[in-house]
Amino acid sequence: MSGYLEGVLVLLAINVILAYAAFLPIVAGQLNLGIAGFMATGAYISAYLTNAHGWLPLPAALAATVLTAALGLVVAFPILRTRGIYLALATFAFGQVVVATILNLNVVGGASGYPVAAHLGFPVIAAIAVVVFAAIYWLFHTRFGLSVTAVSDDELVADQMGLSVRWLQTAAFTIGSAIAGLAGALQAHHFSYIEAQNFNVLLSIYVVLYVLLGGTQTIYGPLLGAAVFTLLPEVLRGSAQWRYVIFACLILALMTWRPQGVVTRSLLRRLFDWRRPAPEAAT
Amino acid sequence: MLAQQLVNGLMLGSVYALVAVAFTFTMGILKFLNFSIPGIFMIAGMFTWAMLKAGWSLPAVVVAVLALGAVLSWIVERFTWRRMRAGDHFIPLVSSMAFLILLENLVLVAWGSDQQRLVLPFQSASARVGDLVIGVPQLVGLALAVGVVWALDLVLRRTRIGRAVRSIAEDADTATLLGVSVGRVVPVVFVIGGVFTALAGVLFSLNYQQASPFMGEEVALKGISAMVIGGMGNIWGAILGGLVIGVVETAAIHWFGARAVDIWVYGLLLAILFVRPTGLLGGGLAGGRA
Repeated sequence: MSGYLEGVLVLLAINVILAYAAFLPIVAGQLNLGIAGFMATGAYISAYLTNAHGWLPLPAALAATVLTAALGLVVAFPILRTRGIYLALATFAFGQVVVATILNLNVVGGASGYPVAAHLGFPVIAAIAVVVFAAIYWLFHTRFGLSVTAVSDDELVADQMGLSVRWLQTAAFTIGSAIAGLAGALQAHHFSYIEAQNFNVLLSIYVVLYVLLGGTQTIYGPLLGAAVFTLLPEVLRGSAQWRYVIFACLILALMTWRPQGVVTRSLLRRLFDWRRPAPEAAT
Repeated sequence: MLAQQLVNGLMLGSVYALVAVAFTFTMGILKFLNFSIPGIFMIAGMFTWAMLKAGWSLPAVVVAVLALGAVLSWIVERFTWRRMRAGDHFIPLVSSMAFLILLENLVLVAWGSDQQRLVLPFQSASARVGDLVIGVPQLVGLALAVGVVWALDLVLRRTRIGRAVRSIAEDADTATLLGVSVGRVVPVVFVIGGVFTALAGVLFSLNYQQASPFMGEEVALKGISAMVIGGMGNIWGAILGGLVIGVVETAAIHWFGARAVDIWVYGLLLAILFVRPTGLLGGGLAGGRA
């Protein structure tokens, strides 16, 4: 496999993982604009464990995921007290604070970036992306998945039906942060160099855009969104700027004509399930 | 020394304040975070640079750029708020982000990613009050900001269109029932917001004599923070929030170094969101109400 192709595929795998990091909170009705902050947390923890303590990259990435989840859980309590646009802004502010803090931590290189010695290759990263997707698939076929879907369809009704909306939202937020941390760790170990400045709010915004454009009604939406928007720029030759111009026009067109995103429940039903009128839990 | 820092902070804050007013205006009325604002801010700055370079006179540049801001913002309305009425609540947010990406990259295509230096048609002047050095352009900017917000406040409270805007802010459906033509008033809101943003962009590029395709992001993030700190939807709050952010930023640089700025500014934002989400002056349009 050529180096170029491998680079693209690694990016695809990481973006797919990231898309699910944003997808979980969105399904539970929260727009997390701090994904980049959690990603940076995971990346730096994993890099630090391998560099300074000689851990192997896989256990380090796993530890980074767990620790990012813990961070997510801790901030979920104050952040989930806010709602709607306030919540989005709180996550945004949190992400900014995380990145700025890392920028001032000289033990991990501060503003000059942090080289990562331990390397993870494409096969491992691809395998982890598959595992993440499988885990999401499983999760959304459990009671938890059904409950979260109910919350996303109508929070009030879900609450009335006796679901603990607050617990579900905390869980979704925490799992989402953990996945973002994992993606960060993988990125650190593949590209061998991390810079706090790169984990900025635009990155968070792009991830959210993948998910919204792919569609949030089913678990296949983020997959498609991340795939299309990773591969499309590679297919569209020409300068990076023109690619983004086309990307932006595509978003506008989609929001105008297909605001629910590309993959919707009714689309899947029409494609794969047309004989059965009642939808299975397609989530 | 401390007084000079305070002055510098207030001057920086006046730029944030204008952007914050643009954010808070659409936020207060339409309840949506308009991410095209940093894009329009940047376009205004870049066009100020380009037109001055092409030999336009300053008044002509200002008028042209403000008009451009108004037109762009009107186009944004067509693709964002207009669509929200039919579909999901996040559509305007996403579409306005798309406008930011679009505008930024169109500018990159046209002029490249370099930071451009403005050649001013006038001498940059500063006044001395005792030991304090005060930049005249900044002072004019601050006065202009307070002036236009005062005018906006007056329009909102005294005129027919102001009453319509406030009724939409309170409840768009009820306003429609009571005969307010929401579809006609909202574009006006966008045009006003666009002019404010463009004005901020012009003032910023003239004050700091620079423009770059990325100038919108940093200032807009601070503007959003200023909006929240002052109280979402409150235009005087936006001014106050902008000045607070400016002072906090210069103070953080003074005591903790440039790299620590974001910790303090966004830490403050986070603290306000947790402790007093309605901001210092309370949310609601034109002060006090709601």
